Amino acid sequence: MGDILTTCVYCGCGCGLYLRVNDGRVTGTAPSRNHPVSRNNLCVKGWNIHEFIHHPERLTEPLIRKNGRLVPASWDEALDFAATGFSRVRERSGGDGIGVLSSAKCTNEENYLLQKLTRAVFKTNNIDHCARL
Amino acid sequence: MAGLATTFGSGAMTNSINEIENAEVILATGSNTTEAHPQVARRMLAAVDRGAKLIVIDPRRIRLAEFAHIHLDIRPGTDIPLLNAMMRIIIDQNLVDDLFIDMRTENYHQLRDMLYRIDLEETAKTTGVPLERIKEAARVYARARKAVICYCLGITQHISGTRNVQSLANLAMLTGNVEKEDTGVDPLRGQNNVQGACDMGALPNVFPGYQSVGNLDFREKFEAAWQVRLPEKTGLTLMEMTHCGAEGLIRGMFIMGENPMLSDPVLSKVEDTLANLEFLAVSDIFLTETAKFAHVVFPAASFAEKTGTFTNSERRVQMVRRAIDPVGHCRTDADIIMGISERMGYPMGHESPVEIMEEIAMLTPIYGGMHHDRLESGWGLQWPCWDRGHPGTPFLHKYYFTRGRGRFIAAEHDPPSELPDKEYPFLLITGRTYHHYHTGTMTRKCSLHNRECGEALLQINGGDAGRLGVRGGDILRVTSRRGVIRITAEISDVVKPGMIYTSFHFSESPINALCIDTWDPLANCPEYKVCAVKIEQGEVA
Repeated sequence: MGDILTTCVYCGCGCGLYLRVNDGRVTGTAPSRNHPVSRNNLCVKGWNIHEFIHHPERLTEPLIRKNGRLVPASWDEALDFAATGFSRVRERSGGDGIGVLSSAKCTNEENYLLQKLTRAVFKTNNIDHCARL
Repeated sequence: MAGLATTFGSGAMTNSINEIENAEVILATGSNTTEAHPQVARRMLAAVDRGAKLIVIDPRRIRLAEFAHIHLDIRPGTDIPLLNAMMRIIIDQNLVDDLFIDMRTENYHQLRDMLYRIDLEETAKTTGVPLERIKEAARVYARARKAVICYCLGITQHISGTRNVQSLANLAMLTGNVEKEDTGVDPLRGQNNVQGACDMGALPNVFPGYQSVGNLDFREKFEAAWQVRLPEKTGLTLMEMTHCGAEGLIRGMFIMGENPMLSDPVLSKVEDTLANLEFLAVSDIFLTETAKFAHVVFPAASFAEKTGTFTNSERRVQMVRRAIDPVGHCRTDADIIMGISERMGYPMGHESPVEIMEEIAMLTPIYGGMHHDRLESGWGLQWPCWDRGHPGTPFLHKYYFTRGRGRFIAAEHDPPSELPDKEYPFLLITGRTYHHYHTGTMTRKCSLHNRECGEALLQINGGDAGRLGVRGGDILRVTSRRGVIRITAEISDVVKPGMIYTSFHFSESPINALCIDTWDPLANCPEYKVCAVKIEQGEVA
């Protein structure tokens, strides 16, 4: 596939970097020469950003708690379980019984969808993220 | 955020990162820039190479301080007295920009009256910095034609965080150091998309684009677009949720890509909350400390496995591009959110991130011209970007402040809520290191980072270490009124006597178990930077 130009996922500098892809695996990182922030330079975190992507400890399937333990489940099972769980809390305690933490690591699009889910579906404004931390 | 929003009208970096390189004076405060924002530090050092003056305000002799012309090593938590002293000196020496104050600001008399009341000698004594050095810094900053202030969490993570920021804004307005290129006040954002998450309304009080949920016009706009009734009551902030406890209001939580079980203060309170929820769903790329409490865990796709946008610290909205298919059975958070929404009877039906961005652009004026096809070419666009033809905004507040006139808000000293005493004689400061990132969920999976920095180290001054009989590499027990942790000692002159420092990346030494749970009442930002602890040799019992 070759090199894919993308944006670094660590600090707020927002460096442009290339992910080197071989056989469906990310195997290396290189800075973007012309990007206004990175200008052909990355910090040590950026240079090694590809390492965690294929780490053996990555979660690869949904987990559901059964009898006190987290066990693998199908996507349908997990999503149904979550929808039922949130619906139950919303019925018993109202929308304000639900709290949502969004992520400064996720994309704008995903943050937008999560606040939409929180406000339109969970019926609460209880949403925040780690801007204060 | 609240600090700049109330003074300037917009809580974001006023400049672009590259402009820092052209400044004549750089004032860096509460920012360990070389470690936490290497690219920004690179611009600062380039500016110094070209002859710019660097002023660093930091209690520790950090790397950046070694390059500084003036290092103001204040006592932690005395930022306001220092800034007030600088401003008083600027007024006394007639270095005020009167024209700027007349034309562009309001409420100056409040600040001036307060400054005339302070006693310079006393104030200098509070900060622990010699008055002569404060005078020099004030003169250097005020005389510059182009001066940039960069600050980070060392300013905001105090009980007086918002007022610290307002004081920085006062300093900039007093000398007319805003509104121009290469000149301004720049909060450095810690996370790659913390700016974007704020912009997108992942906050309890605003819709995307900082449109208040309490405002009927905005609510009606979003109700019409989303075809649903929306709640008007402002929501709870992060700590109000994670600290609400077993009997609290929050009964169910959805946590996407965050790890409050390591990142939030007083971890025992967070545990009490999470362990007693009726329902907890977590979406993350690894099984984090938080995910272990979940009823359901979703395996999320990493940034290399999805398409979308991030907004960096300088408000630049940039493309994230999918390089590989999701690992294993992972799905993107967008898919997970839409899956839950559909099952709860509200299908969102977005086919792609491009479509989601179209909806964002439609409802968020500052993102009005942000469309993926525009962002695809070039290096993204900086908001505000009102429409398809708008070129984006490299620096803010040209001609007028976002809120109209810049507002001076005077602040007086508010000491940290817990200072060292006989029983807990050391002052603990927390922060980040160069090799690791936040709770280490990602960086601790990289062999090089673990080789270079494999455990949390507690920096302790040589004098203190000698007195306590501590050697580098010794195992120490650090105790506060809230908890105890085990950590390895590192003798270092970066910290002054009576002061210790470490990072919060490591779950083996969860320093946030010690931190105090007081916070800035205006921004709800926890006071991570100052608390009192004691040190003993040996393992935790």
